[in-house]
Amino acid sequence: MDTFVLLTITGLGLAAMYFLIASGLSLIYGLMGVLNFAHGAFLTVGAFATWSITEHLGWIGNETLRFIAAGAFGLLAGAVMAALVEFVLIRPLYRRPIEQVLVTVGLALAVGALVQGIWGPEVQPFPSPQWMRDTTTVLGANIPNDRFVEIAAALIVLVGLQAFLRRSRYGLIIRAGVENRAMVTALGIDVRRAFTLVFTIGGVAAALAGVLSSVYFGGVEPHRGTSLLIFAFIVVVIGGLGSIEGSAYAAAVVGLTQQYANYYASSGLGDLAVVLLLAIVLLIKPGGLARAVVAH
Amino acid sequence: MSVAREPRTLIEVSDLHVHLAGSHVLQGVAFSVPEGGVTALLGRNGVGKTTTLRAMLGLVDARGAVSLDGRELTRMPTHEIVQLGIGYVPEDRDVFAGLTVGENMKLAERNGSARYDLVYELFPELRERTDQRAGTLSGGQQQMVAIARALLNENRVLLIDEPTKGLAPLLVTEVARVLERAAEIATILLVEQNLGVVHRIARDAVVLDQGRVVHTGPARALLEDSEQVHRYLGVSGAAH
Repeated sequence: MDTFVLLTITGLGLAAMYFLIASGLSLIYGLMGVLNFAHGAFLTVGAFATWSITEHLGWIGNETLRFIAAGAFGLLAGAVMAALVEFVLIRPLYRRPIEQVLVTVGLALAVGALVQGIWGPEVQPFPSPQWMRDTTTVLGANIPNDRFVEIAAALIVLVGLQAFLRRSRYGLIIRAGVENRAMVTALGIDVRRAFTLVFTIGGVAAALAGVLSSVYFGGVEPHRGTSLLIFAFIVVVIGGLGSIEGSAYAAAVVGLTQQYANYYASSGLGDLAVVLLLAIVLLIKPGGLARAVVAH
Repeated sequence: MSVAREPRTLIEVSDLHVHLAGSHVLQGVAFSVPEGGVTALLGRNGVGKTTTLRAMLGLVDARGAVSLDGRELTRMPTHEIVQLGIGYVPEDRDVFAGLTVGENMKLAERNGSARYDLVYELFPELRERTDQRAGTLSGGQQQMVAIARALLNENRVLLIDEPTKGLAPLLVTEVARVLERAAEIATILLVEQNLGVVHRIARDAVVLDQGRVVHTGPARALLEDSEQVHRYLGVSGAAH
């Protein structure tokens, strides 16, 4: 029982990071039709910005406050990078999807190589607060506290994004734009502003995943963004493109499947199980889970 | 003694060319729309009527010139063209199915002076359905939302594409009545296959054939000439 609880909460912690990456990917694709292969680079930049600023924040005595301040800087770095990528690289290539894919793939490779060139390929230890590394006993299982932080962060982002999409003018524009971008412009709305906003939100969420994954895995490394991005893409496809709720459900399913398969079947089978899951969902519900589970 | 004045030209379209998927859809379309009333854009299926409206709005890449009150629109992005005071009711209504009726209207608001009174007077049913998802409405109700979105703002021009397509006869009459009312406050360029509706509300007609304008003139004179109707529109008999 305690192993099952540990696997479940750890799986949900992993799912939280998948969701944080996938929510931005899904909104960007849904609204703009852009497959953003550079999304993992936002994660990497967020993680390394947080990690590198931490050593300059020694004057903040409280380690939790230091972690929050460094994390805020990481999120800012992710936001700025995402907004710049949209404005400088994606916008000139609007209506040219092949070039968009090429430029985002190129950027992902370049950022990974740049970070590796500066800080090396090794995992650098990430200084998270002690209480996050401690464990809490739940139903007999000793759960590292960071898992709860990851799950809570993802839930806050989920609820916040839903409120933003449902209540704000820009949320309305984004929801409408996901359905029919041309008609939004035909109502006199400059949808490009929504593009920049969606990229920025996606950049912040991915950077948050970068910070939390550094805690989860105990360190930062240049290519984690790329490896997590693959699963985030799977989450987006399973969840249904453009659906935040779908991404949340799919992230949970993917994270848990990976954990259970790795433990109960054989270590390493988790990734294979996720790919099988993707194949099954695509066969049964080609549009993704969103249309089955929640009306978008 | 008063002299009847010719209405001044509000929209001028000249030498408009559009290529879509390798096909030369518009081949130098040129016509003008006088201010006020309804100008009908007519022609058989596939002659480029919808593409003309979309090109005027910058929704498809086009070569040529489109001007509104002397202002050149061709190089402007769609949202800026619309902000000059153009309302668009697309052929397939294009209401946002996942949004409620109220959200569809809210999205269309361009400033604080949205004319909800007018819209609800014309379509009282929409007031009762504010919280209903637009995707669950009937075709006729969706058409009401699409027209309401265009009437919500103080537009000078309404580009309306086949508003009676697929509607029951009673609704067709209803839509024609609304368009008549709308024509009192804006200039309408109307694509319409129902010649009865055109006969009832249009003052002028522009006829397209194979991507070119082949006839312009008063709508009634055209529709009451069965030989011309047959030649240009491929329909037997005239509308009365």
